[in-house]
Amino acid sequence: MDEQKKQEGIVLTEAQLRSRRHRSIAIALALGVLVVLFFAVTLVKGPAVLVRPM
Amino acid sequence: MLVVDHNAIELGPHVSEAEVGDYIALLKPRVMSLVVFTALVGLMIAPVYVHPVLAFTAILCIAVGAGASGALNMALEGDIDAKMTRTANRPIPRGRITSGEAMAFGMTLAFFSVMTLGILVNWIAGGMLAFTIFFYVVIYTMWLKRRTAQNIVIGGAAGALPPVVAWAAATGSLSVEPWLLFSIIFFWTPPHFWALALFRSDDYARAGVPMLPVVAGPDATRLQILLYTVLLVAVALAPWPLGYFDAAYGVTSLMLGAGMLWLAIDVYRLRAGKAAARATRRLFAFSILYLFALFAVLLAEVVFRAIAPWVW
Repeated sequence: MDEQKKQEGIVLTEAQLRSRRHRSIAIALALGVLVVLFFAVTLVKGPAVLVRPM
Repeated sequence: MLVVDHNAIELGPHVSEAEVGDYIALLKPRVMSLVVFTALVGLMIAPVYVHPVLAFTAILCIAVGAGASGALNMALEGDIDAKMTRTANRPIPRGRITSGEAMAFGMTLAFFSVMTLGILVNWIAGGMLAFTIFFYVVIYTMWLKRRTAQNIVIGGAAGALPPVVAWAAATGSLSVEPWLLFSIIFFWTPPHFWALALFRSDDYARAGVPMLPVVAGPDATRLQILLYTVLLVAVALAPWPLGYFDAAYGVTSLMLGAGMLWLAIDVYRLRAGKAAARATRRLFAFSILYLFALFAVLLAEVVFRAIAPWVW
């Protein structure tokens, strides 16, 4: 029954799985860079991080 | 005759096989590199100290914003790109990425680049970056490109804004110097792109893009190239006598300007055969060197002043 259910959905090919994994890693890296960037700027600005000139 | 509509027989849900490289291609890396360079110059000539982390953040946001503009441009121009030899290998015409995926990618990057620049650096820079993306995508891509032969003249403003955004990131304000850099890129754009359009006019005609050589013919384009080159050389030289940039810049601008003018006259004079094609390609190639060298000398002045102030 479980096996039948599995086959009803979309079955990704090897190429699709591989490219999806690569895209996921790239998104994770980009988010990591964003976190590091915000952290670094917070350290650099210190309390002034809340002062944003218009 | 049996006609098969390949879109009609694709019944299942779309599953992407796009690789990371396809998404990087959407960012137009070569355009991005020029944007990064001109923005770096705008940031470096600003008369204030900018912490390296903030400088890096500003340049990164401007680069990502430029990439977002490129992705949104490709999302909207898949039909044109498919018809042109120069662009037929882009991810959308090759079927690697759909227009919808490119649109989502571009919008996400545009949002994050503007918000990050605004929050971490300042909102003048963030606002200017948002305006730059808007101008390139809405004013140039959606409105002007398919409607008027003046598309790249007006649209060129988007490509000229990065040094202004970078200056705003450094100083939190705007003044004359970044607008001088803006003017140089703005007046550089028409001779550069019309030179390209002259030897790619068949491509543009096939795609239905009303570039000047397609609409007004090659001779009118050659005249416009010459006129805009005269304007460019004057605008690029003006900051020296006006006292904004130093003699090193002035002499470089004078020599490079003479080269640009010489090649533009060649393009105007040689109108047929291989000599004409060669003159056009030479002007196109030299125009890239011209802009790069003008901005490089400004960067060199700043670096020299920092490491060897007694020389300057």
